[in-house]
Amino acid sequence: MSALDRKLGRDLWRLKGQVATIALVLACGFMAMIMLRSTWQSLIGARDAYYDAYRFGDVFARLERAPDAAAARLERLPGVAVVYPRIAEDVMVPIADASDPVTGRILSIPDDGTPPLDGLYLRAGRLPVAGAADEAVILEQFAEAHHLQPGDHVPAVIEGRVRQLQVVGIALSPEFVLAMSGREMVADNGRFVVFWMLRSTIAPAFRMEGAFDDVVIQLEPGASLAAVLDGVDRELARYGARHAVGRDKQLSNYALTSELGILRTLALVIPSIFLAVAAFLVNVVLSRLIFLERTQIAVLKALGFSNGRIARHYLVLVIAIVGIASLLGLALGVWSGRWMTALYSDFYRFPMRLHHVTPGLVAITIGIGVVAAVSGAMISLRRIARMPPAEAMRPATPLVYRRSLFEGLGLGASAMMVVREIERRPVRFAMSTLGIAMGVGIFVMGRFSWNSFDYLMDEVFPREHQEDVTVTFVRASPPRALHELAHLPGVTFVEGERIVPVRMHAGARWRDTTITGLPEPSRLRHLMSGGERPIALPTDGLVVNDRLARLLGVDVGDEVEVDLLEGDWRTHRARVAGLIDEAFGLQVYARADWLARLLDEEPRASIALLSVDADRRDEVSARLKDFPSVLGVSTRAHIVERYRAQTGESMLVITMILTLSAAAISIGVVYNNARIALSMRSRDLASLRVLGFTRREISSVLLGELALQVVLGIPLGLWLGHAWAALMAQGFDPDTVKFPLHIADTTYVGATMIALVSGLVSALLVRRKLDHLDLVAVLKSASE
Amino acid sequence: MTTVISGRALTKRYRMGEVDVQALRGVDIDLIEGELMVLLGASGSGKSTLLNILGGLDVPTSGSVEYRGEDLTAADEDELTWYRRRHVGFVFQFYNLVPSLTARENVALVTEIADDPIDPADALALVGLGERLDHFPAQLSGGEQQRVAVARAVAKRPDVLLCDEPTGALDFETGVRVLAVLERINRELGTTTAIITHNAPIAAIAHRVVTLADGRIARSERPARRIPAEELRW
Repeated sequence: MSALDRKLGRDLWRLKGQVATIALVLACGFMAMIMLRSTWQSLIGARDAYYDAYRFGDVFARLERAPDAAAARLERLPGVAVVYPRIAEDVMVPIADASDPVTGRILSIPDDGTPPLDGLYLRAGRLPVAGAADEAVILEQFAEAHHLQPGDHVPAVIEGRVRQLQVVGIALSPEFVLAMSGREMVADNGRFVVFWMLRSTIAPAFRMEGAFDDVVIQLEPGASLAAVLDGVDRELARYGARHAVGRDKQLSNYALTSELGILRTLALVIPSIFLAVAAFLVNVVLSRLIFLERTQIAVLKALGFSNGRIARHYLVLVIAIVGIASLLGLALGVWSGRWMTALYSDFYRFPMRLHHVTPGLVAITIGIGVVAAVSGAMISLRRIARMPPAEAMRPATPLVYRRSLFEGLGLGASAMMVVREIERRPVRFAMSTLGIAMGVGIFVMGRFSWNSFDYLMDEVFPREHQEDVTVTFVRASPPRALHELAHLPGVTFVEGERIVPVRMHAGARWRDTTITGLPEPSRLRHLMSGGERPIALPTDGLVVNDRLARLLGVDVGDEVEVDLLEGDWRTHRARVAGLIDEAFGLQVYARADWLARLLDEEPRASIALLSVDADRRDEVSARLKDFPSVLGVSTRAHIVERYRAQTGESMLVITMILTLSAAAISIGVVYNNARIALSMRSRDLASLRVLGFTRREISSVLLGELALQVVLGIPLGLWLGHAWAALMAQGFDPDTVKFPLHIADTTYVGATMIALVSGLVSALLVRRKLDHLDLVAVLKSASE
Repeated sequence: MTTVISGRALTKRYRMGEVDVQALRGVDIDLIEGELMVLLGASGSGKSTLLNILGGLDVPTSGSVEYRGEDLTAADEDELTWYRRRHVGFVFQFYNLVPSLTARENVALVTEIADDPIDPADALALVGLGERLDHFPAQLSGGEQQRVAVARAVAKRPDVLLCDEPTGALDFETGVRVLAVLERINRELGTTTAIITHNAPIAAIAHRVVTLADGRIARSERPARRIPAEELRW
């Protein structure tokens, strides 16, 4: 090993505090990048592989009843590769260990057990066999939630009669990556079950022999989705089909894509900012660290080492720091990525191993770190290389200090030294302040999505939804059904909502959505724009979600075409009477009486909102199981809980990790600033000590500057954090979700505290060094 | 008499903060092979600047420097690096050792890049530090550190040894020991040596004494009688 290599090793050890904190800052950037990107890439990869291997359909359509011959006609449509007609029926599942009724969906599979599309991945047991009565394969999520094994029985109400279905297998399906019934925006593993049963078994029960009421279609490569959707709609219109939808509107896939969209935004914005901040800080800190080495560099030059050789020496030092950061960041990133993916896999079920980190991701991540660190080092190395060695060996030329504006303020000598130092080196001061601000800003940004989510769940949702229980009817029911519910003991108030599926057009643009008809005024359902401003429904026309309005290109006063997707299937024109700013979904609202007139029907309710005495909740749930008209029941508390579990948990993990990283970055910046300032000024400070200044007095010179940086950095950082959060909020797919830019006060307080505490800890560490300043040694050596 | 390094009409002007400093105002000087020369002068007389220019650590504002007939004035950064590596050894007032390397490693730093070096242990033995090879600079006294610096400078067998106030930071006794080492190297290895000092009595060990004042050569003389470093008194 050469002497220079040994110097390297010992320098790394000598600078261990700084090496460790710089590496930590960089490692946090690496971790954020790898955690979020790998989770996103893994989920995307798993989804695509799954859909591919299990032949997930491209087009889905539901209808009333069509003869098998209609399926053959579909097969002849241009662009259609495979048609899979089947029976799909929703049933109520009065399972004993659930307090509320559970929704079930029975799907037929061919008698040979192999669906041509939307294949089953059997986790346990076997497929049903022909001839055996009421055998079913059930969805894994539900089986897990209710501890069901092959051999167990599950009751289902089929055409008014309870039948005990025997579980013979447990399976996953690409159609139900998320267990979603379609009645709620969230997955509910314990309250939605899919039964796959042989067609020959269930066709008689639903009187569907030789017929189907649901179809899945696979396209030929390169086929036009729009053309096929059109063809299918035309072909099936006479069989009471709703509009066929593409894969993008398939429920589980839609929810999965939405979540991936959120994750994608997080994975793009957060690591970019994180890594940029880490890179910036590492750049600044390393350039200063190397500048401090200039005396040693000058000696090496005097000894005859070339600039190139010296640069290589210091670059190895820098690369070593990046290396440490890479190992740490990679390990933490992989670990936290696994953790996050595991959280996701609670709700998003894939048959294959999920989490993997691609070499490309690792290479890009570390590459960014290397470039940042090396360019920072090069700034100083180049400056030093340009100096004649004789000059570099001298203490830096005294800077030109001037009398300043602040002279007249009667500041003491040490305060004056702080002021003049800042005036003399404004860029350095600004960079340090910016560094601290970035640490603070990252903390704020890291907590933003969680704060917004919390705000939506804890404040906006309860404000908009005052009901305790939501009951979904099998089909839209007359007011009598509401009266029956109102008479249940414990129910204090009932209100109906009419929900109609529609396709809304404006020119060539269209979107499938629902119109929700509400009583005006509604006691339980309050429309709030932006979660705060109450919206009153107009007597005529629609209130449209503002993102939907933007997607359709319409504004208040414009007319839209509304295709009803039930009832008489007519097309109407309606006026957009108002806009509403809501976080989730793309809903449309109208007054129930106006909607009834549009539908040309007596007032009906698709769902009922109930106020229930808190202590009689269970009783009401139990009674609801006996209502044949009820398809499902959900409670507000339960929905919030599901949302929290499905999206909140992963967001919490992201937030936690980002918060810790932000703290590490803050500490890394402040500590390095303080240490470098100490090295640069120890000579001045020792001189002051010799002149008779006390330790406290010289500390105040150095720490005064640090304190000023922290004090200025905090408000700047809070502002930066807010700006980054706004940037992130804009990054979310408008089709999916709109996060309100809500940052909790506790976040601001926390960010401020972190900056203050890391400032204080750094001050204490530096103060200890100052107390042990060897006056003679410092003054005797020519270097600073 | 062979001239190793010669400087002609050297001037140097630089800015220090807001002050313009004229460090050299036209200096002609020759370093003669095998000679031990002492450059005397008050602080600010320009002697360090002159030495740095002769050693390729700095470039003159005007004038020329030649090494054995080769012009250094137009040399670029790389050529100066090679010049220093092959031909010049430096000793500074503030030893300038690498603090993270031991005495032996500080010397090895140079021997690793030299063509025909002295073994680091032998070089340290030459300066009387054969016993303290594995001590770090912080574990050595000032005089010992300066002798390590001398060993480091001579280990590559330089043609010229340039010493800038080598005793400036040392007390009398240790200063004398360092000078004795320099004298011995000049005598035994025949290394052309230039020593800068503001301490006039040291001039007694020189073959030739050049006095600088205000950026010009004021005097150049050969002492009638050289005395060994050990007999110096100040």
